[in-house]
This record gives sequence, structure tokens and C-alpha cells, in this order.
Amino acid sequence: MIAKIALVILQLLAIIALAPLLSGIIKKIKAFFQIRKGPGIFQPYYDIAKLLQKDSVVSQNVSWLFHAAPIVSFVAVLTAGLLIPIFITELPFGFAGDLIAVVYLFALARFFIALAALDAGSSFGGMGGSREMFVASLVEPALMLSIFAIALNVGSTNLGYISQTVSAMGFDAFSPYQILAFVALFIIAIAETGRIPVDNPATHLELTMIHEAMILEYSGKQLAIVELGAMIKQLLVFSLLANIFFPWGIAQGVSAAAVIIALLAYFAKIVILGAVMAMVETSTAKWRLFRLPELLSISLMFSFLALVSFIIVKGG
Amino acid sequence: MVSGEMMITYLFSGLILFYFIGAVSAVLLNKKDGVCAFISFISAAVASVFGIIFSLSVIWGDPFSLALPGTSFLQFGIFVDALSAFFILVISVAVFAVSIYSIGYVREYFGKKNIGYLGFLYNIFILSMILVVSANNAIMFLIVWELMSVISYLLVVYEHEKPETRKAGFIYIVMTHIGTGFIILSFLILAGSSGSFNFETFRAAGVAMPPLLRDMAFVFALIGFGTKAGIVPLHIWLPYAHPAAPSNVSALMSGVMIKTAIFMMIRVFFDFLGAGQAWWGYLVLAVGTLSAIIGILYAVVEPDIKRMLAFSSIENVGIILIGIGASMIFFEGGRPGLAAIAAIAALYHLLNHSVFKGLLFMGAGSIIFSTHTKNIEKLGGLIKKMPVSSVLILVGVLSISALPPFSGFVSEWLTFQSLLLGFNFNTFTMIVLSISAAVLALTGALAAFCFLKTFGIGFLALPRSEHAEHATEANTPMLLGMGLFAILSILLGILPFYILPALDRVTRTFIGVSAFSQFFSISTFGTIVLPAKSSLSTPLLLVLMFIFLLVPFLLLYNARKSRAIYETWGCGQPVSTSRNEYTAHAFSKPVEMWFKNLYRPARQTEATYSASPFLKESFRFESRVEQVFEEYIYDPVVRFVMAKSQSAKVVQTGSIHAYLSYIFATLIILFMFVIAGGS
Repeated sequence: MIAKIALVILQLLAIIALAPLLSGIIKKIKAFFQIRKGPGIFQPYYDIAKLLQKDSVVSQNVSWLFHAAPIVSFVAVLTAGLLIPIFITELPFGFAGDLIAVVYLFALARFFIALAALDAGSSFGGMGGSREMFVASLVEPALMLSIFAIALNVGSTNLGYISQTVSAMGFDAFSPYQILAFVALFIIAIAETGRIPVDNPATHLELTMIHEAMILEYSGKQLAIVELGAMIKQLLVFSLLANIFFPWGIAQGVSAAAVIIALLAYFAKIVILGAVMAMVETSTAKWRLFRLPELLSISLMFSFLALVSFIIVKGG
Repeated sequence: MVSGEMMITYLFSGLILFYFIGAVSAVLLNKKDGVCAFISFISAAVASVFGIIFSLSVIWGDPFSLALPGTSFLQFGIFVDALSAFFILVISVAVFAVSIYSIGYVREYFGKKNIGYLGFLYNIFILSMILVVSANNAIMFLIVWELMSVISYLLVVYEHEKPETRKAGFIYIVMTHIGTGFIILSFLILAGSSGSFNFETFRAAGVAMPPLLRDMAFVFALIGFGTKAGIVPLHIWLPYAHPAAPSNVSALMSGVMIKTAIFMMIRVFFDFLGAGQAWWGYLVLAVGTLSAIIGILYAVVEPDIKRMLAFSSIENVGIILIGIGASMIFFEGGRPGLAAIAAIAALYHLLNHSVFKGLLFMGAGSIIFSTHTKNIEKLGGLIKKMPVSSVLILVGVLSISALPPFSGFVSEWLTFQSLLLGFNFNTFTMIVLSISAAVLALTGALAAFCFLKTFGIGFLALPRSEHAEHATEANTPMLLGMGLFAILSILLGILPFYILPALDRVTRTFIGVSAFSQFFSISTFGTIVLPAKSSLSTPLLLVLMFIFLLVPFLLLYNARKSRAIYETWGCGQPVSTSRNEYTAHAFSKPVEMWFKNLYRPARQTEATYSASPFLKESFRFESRVEQVFEEYIYDPVVRFVMAKSQSAKVVQTGSIHAYLSYIFATLIILFMFVIAGGS
């Protein structure tokens, strides 16, 4: 029991502590590719610490929902964090929800932020909320199909079980359907974490932003929570990619040595994924909003092909 | 001490009695609006309590049957097994909350309309729905079904002084009779094979019928009941009829009445016809998937909140039919356990939908009650004017958007899981189920989009019109009615472990096996465990979320003290007026452009200029989307019929002599037929 509680707390701490670091590392790698020096990798920590000390300015039009939304959204993301294997497959609360539950917890987080975006009565908020929900609708079918492809391969939607099974497969895990599903989910991850070509996390030009437009009215401590929540969500999406498709090194049982190795392996994996994401971001331009259906149909096709190739390989 | 069986009979009689009391007292007291509303709706609420106890004791006990005196040919009777009881439960729960709400809501009509008439129709309408799900004879069924249709028509045209209401009623009554026509055909085929109109004989005869007749009975029943359920493309009456009716009636029509058609589909497809052919299941699945996506797509762009809710009902009926279709496929494929899980998912969603859709229609009623507009573009800022209602409606919005841990999430999760479970079936099924799941995922995301828009535009920020400016909180009975459903929406979300075993008893009646313990189980923290370790525990998720509240609260410590209130950011310009807000139309524009092939949006702009062509004096913008099904399927049919009836006009001379000679000629022909030995 105590070991379980310790594991839960360790996982939470790992998530909260690593999330800003991942952001910082991605920014640094992006700067490297763009031949800039860029801020240090710890900059996101300083940003959040700074925001937590700032006073905030709140619009006179808002209701209680504006104040509740960051909290609800943060809590939903954190809860999803307990369902996703980070360094151990035997999650103490892994039975509370599966991959589909994780997707819907993210949806809950998004829903409240998008609602709050409308609360201040500014056009930017409405635009951001509308686009965010639009992108989410585009993502959803592809996401569900790739979940099906993964679940089909492993036989379950339980994330700990998926990690365990795939890591037991060793190099057999490199099957066509696994690779196709990975590509599909990678495209979805771009959309879910709000990166180029879907959204530009660095922009503050009103007409191009999605996530930034939604949270335009937040400031001070509330903004710190919103930003931290977004970073945690990004880390969790990366963890999903890492530990569903490359779960190697993840701890199967509870021993200090295994956990330390798993944490190191996990860190290496998300940094590599972050580097790939930074490369994608640097080498593409942001797409027009109305071209996004094309991008996500590519993802949809990949996940559908993953399903079909599974049927062909395994013989139905 | 009365025996259990007597008890149940008393409960059923009590149920019928109180609806009658409600109806009769409404008529007798119709001079005093307040008293009349109170007595007739309270007695409906009392009757529904009888209904709840009755149905629960049937679900957990034995079926209840009651034969009414009759001839051997027409043996009317009541038969309530766990399936019927489940629907009586759904009806009664909805009626209880809606009746309490109605006491407050009908104050709107005091002095303007006849409350006695409304109370009378309301009680008889509910009674007819109860009888629809418990009738045990095809003729009796058709009588009460017709009663239900006609009474609901009268309720739809309650505000008949508005021309659009009369049009809505007309479309409804025409569509519903087309449906009834197909139902009669289906029942005649079944009765022809069984030699009797009793449902019991249908059960034996349906399985033994030749394949062609079974297929026909299936298709006719699907069309007939599908019309009432609102499946695409037979859905066109819903977006007219549901908004036209008073909101408490809409809550019942959308929440409950369309479900009676689902009930009969289950009865006919599983009980009578034994889910005979594989393609039946695929057809139902396809129809369900199509209805889900088309329904929600029209809901997303609809500015009228009640019409939007009606479109969303089409979507939810689609989701329910996806579950039922999957269940039929599994059942026919010899996997009754999986069939049971899919059917449980469908019935769970049905129950959830009746609760949150009832809640949302009541919410729409409250909005109309206090703002007198249904147009979302004229609302806004209601969260401050109607604080309690808006929280309750938010619960409904979160439930219908399938967000955890609310009710819609659990049933959608179950539906996805049951589609996944079908994957060790065969290649074709796998592809079909995965396409259906992808469409369902899109539907879910668009539902979230749609309801986020509705709540965000309707309730947040600044009021967009005078109407919304002067909105006031709904009265106590209305809040009570909505509150009951809001609590129920949360409970259905976090207590699935109480509901699933009961639903298992319900699905056992038509699938024959129990899925409990073999195909799903309930473990600690109320976790639903499906085969292959897929599990979900909404209560634990809720508890975890509550514990985690600690983190943001610590981070936000003392945030309130260092907060300044200022205008919304507008790039340096003062913009704090509602004219700068995003509109509902703009909000849904991305979806409109994405699916422009379906919507075929048309826009008209009109500007008038003062002295110079650079200074616009006024600007008018109009945009609408096409109702493809009406314009391309129904309108041609209507035009064809109108054209043909023009040519049939020659026989309608208007002269009584001509009509008498028609009758005479008919008689002669009939005599010749009999004399020639026809039978």
C-alpha cells in the first residue's frame, strides 16, 4: 500500500517536474535548428515561477466559470497522468481508466479552457475556442481509429497492459501496423500539443493563434496554471507515444533499480521525440486552418491502413 | 399482508389511476389555472412514483401480465417483462422531473391558454406511452400507439396561433402516419404467419417464417418505428415538432417518446424475428451511424436552441442504434455475450439520453420562459442572470458532450468498447465496426463543439439583446425539476456499477444470456471490468480529481487579493460591448466550411449607403444552410403527389349525384365479386 502511494506520488512529481523541462528542451532544439542561441532549457520554470508571483488582471465581463476553468482543466490533465505509464507498467490506479478515458479527460480539459475563452466577450477568445474545438473534431476520428489499431494488436485498451505486452514483444513490435499507427498518432500529437503546422505555440499574432487566443485573458497565477497544464498535457501526449510504441526499459515490477533505469529511459525517449517534433516544426510552415482537414485525413488514412494491415498480416 | 403479485397489480393500477385523476381533474378545474396546473402535474408525478416502484420490482422480480376480458380473436392484455419495465422506468423517471418542472413552466400560459386542456393531454400522453410499452396485442398496441401519436400532435400544436407551429404539426402528423402504415404492414405479415394478433404467438411465428417474409417484416418495422425514432432520412419531423411543442412536452417527446420506438425495434428485431439475418444488424448499424453524424452536423449550425436539441436527439438515437446494430450482428453471429454488452451500452445511453436531453429541453424552456427568444444569437450573459439554471444546464451540456465523469461518457465508453469487442469476429465486421467507431468519435467531438457553442454563446460574456439583458432566474418548481435531472446525470455517470447489473437483467430478456461475471464484472471502486483488462472506474476518477484540486488551490493561494478588474483586451480599443463578441454563426463557421458539400450554405448580403459609397448606412447579412433531405428527397415527392392529385381532381366534381353514383358502382362491383364466388 505504501509502495503504491509512493509510486503515485513519484509519478505525479515526475510529471509536474519534467513537463516544463520538455518544453524548454524543445525550444532549445528548435533554436539550434534555426541557428539561434535561444533561451536556456530551464526558462519555462522561471516563467512559471515569475507568473506565480505576478498580480493578475481579469476582465470585468467574466463569470465564475472563467476562474474555475483553469482549475478543472489542470485537474483533468493531472488525473489523466495517473492512467498513463511513465516509468512503470503496473500503475496503481491504472484500472480507473483506459486509453479512451485519457482521451476524454483531455477533452474535458480542453472543453473548460474553450468555454472560458468565450467568457470575456472578446472576439479573440471566441475565435480561439472555435478553432480549438474544430481541430479537436478533426483529430477525434483518426485518434479513435488508431486506438482501435493499437487495441486490436494488443487485445486491450488498458495502457499499462499495452506497454507491458509491447515491451514483451521485443523487436516483433516493429510490425507494419504498429509503425502505421505510430505515424498516425504522431500527426495527432502535433495537433494535440498545438504545434506547427496546426498551431504555432510561439505566435502572438491574433489572427493565427489558437491556444494562445483562448488564454489571452488569463494573467498572473491563473495563467501559470493554464501554462503548466498545457505543458503537462504535452508531456503526457509524448509519454503516450513513447510508452505505447517504444516501451523498452519500462519497469515491470517495483524495485528501486528498475524504476531508476525506467526513468532514465523515459527521459531519453521523450527528449528524442521532442527533438523529432522540433525538427518537424522547423521544417514546415503553419498551414491555413482550412487545410488542416487534409493533414488529419492523412492521419486518418494511416490509422485505417494500420487496421487493414493488421487484418492482412494476422489473417482476420 | 398482500402477496407480491397483488402488490404489483396494485402498483400498476395505481399508476393508471393517477394519470386518470390527473387528466380528469385538469378538465374539471380548468377555470382556475394555478390549482389546475398543480393538481394535474402533481398527480402525474405521483403516478410516476408508482411507475418507478412498479418497474424496479419487475426488473428485479418476475414479469407481470394481465389479461383483459376480450374475445378469443382480440385478446387485449398487458405484459410487462424486464424490457418493458425498463422503458416504464425511463418514462416514469422523466415524467417525475418534467411534471415538477411543468408546475412552474406553465405559468407562462396562465390567462393566455387553457391549462386544463394541456394538463389533460399531458396525462393521457404519458399514459399512452406506458401502454405502448406494455401492450401485449398488436391491435391494442396500434390503438395506443395511434393515441400516443394523436395526443402528441395535439400537444405539438398547443400554441396553434403561430403559423409555424401549425406547419410543424402537419409535418409531424403526416410523417407519423407514414410510420404507422409501415408498422401495420409489418404486424400484418407477422399476424398472417401466426394466425393471431397476440404478441406471444408472434414470438413463435417470427422465427419460423419464410426468409422473404421475415425480411419484409424487418424492413417495414425498421421504417415504421424508425420514423418515430427519427432515423435519417425519416427524421425531418423532429426539428419541426420538438421545438413547436411547449418545452415540458418537448422534454418528454425527445427524451422519452422517441424511445418507445426503440423499444419496439428491440421487441420486433430480437423477440419476434430472432435477429434473423446478418445484414439486418449491418443495416441498423449503418442507419445508426448515418443518423448520428447527420443529426449532429445539422445541430452544430442551428441557431434555434430547441431545433438544435431536436437534431441532437437524432444523433443520440443514432448512437443507441449503433449499439443495437452491433448487438444484432453479434447475436446473429452466435456470440450472445458480446451482444448483451452492446445492448447494455445502447440501453445505458438511452437512459442517459432521456435524462440529459430532458434536462436540456427544460433548460431551453427556462431560457425561453425568461427571455422569450429561442435564437442563440440573441442570448448571452445568462450565467449571471440565471445562476442556478446555468449550473444545471452546464451539467447537461457536460453529460451530452460525453465528458468524464458525467453520464454520457460512461455509455459512450461502453459503446466504443462493445464495438472493439467485435474485433475477433471476421474481416468484414472488423472494417464495418471500425468505420462506425470513427464516425462515432467524430460525432462525439462535434457534439462537444455544438454544446460548447450553445453554452458559451448563450450563457457567457455579455447579453446580446434586450431580451437577454432582462432575463431572470427560473422559478422554484422549474429549478427543482432541472435539479433532479442534473443530479441524476451525475449519478448515472459515477454509479454505473449499480446500473449495469440491472441492465443485464433487462437485456437477458431478449438475448437470453447474462453477460454479468462472464463478460463484464464489477470490482473495487465500482470498476467496470471488460474482457482483456479494459476497465473504467468513474467514481475513482472523480475522487482523484477532487484530491488533485489541492495542487491548483495551493498554486492559486491568495490569488484573489492580487486581482485587478479591467476591460477585456481589445488591442487598445475599448471593446466592452456585446457587438464585439464572437457570434454563434462565426463559431460554427469552420465546421460549416469543412462540410460545405452537405450544408450548401447560401449567404445574402445587403448594404445601404448614405451619401458616399464608402459609408455604409446599414448592413444586412443573411446566411442559411440547406436541409438536404427535405429539399432533395421530400420536396420532389411532395411535388409529384401534388401534380398527380391535380389530375385526380376530375373525379372530385363536388356534385352529390356523382358521389352517389360512385357508391352505387362500387356496390355493384362488390356484389358481382361475391356472386362470382370470391371470398
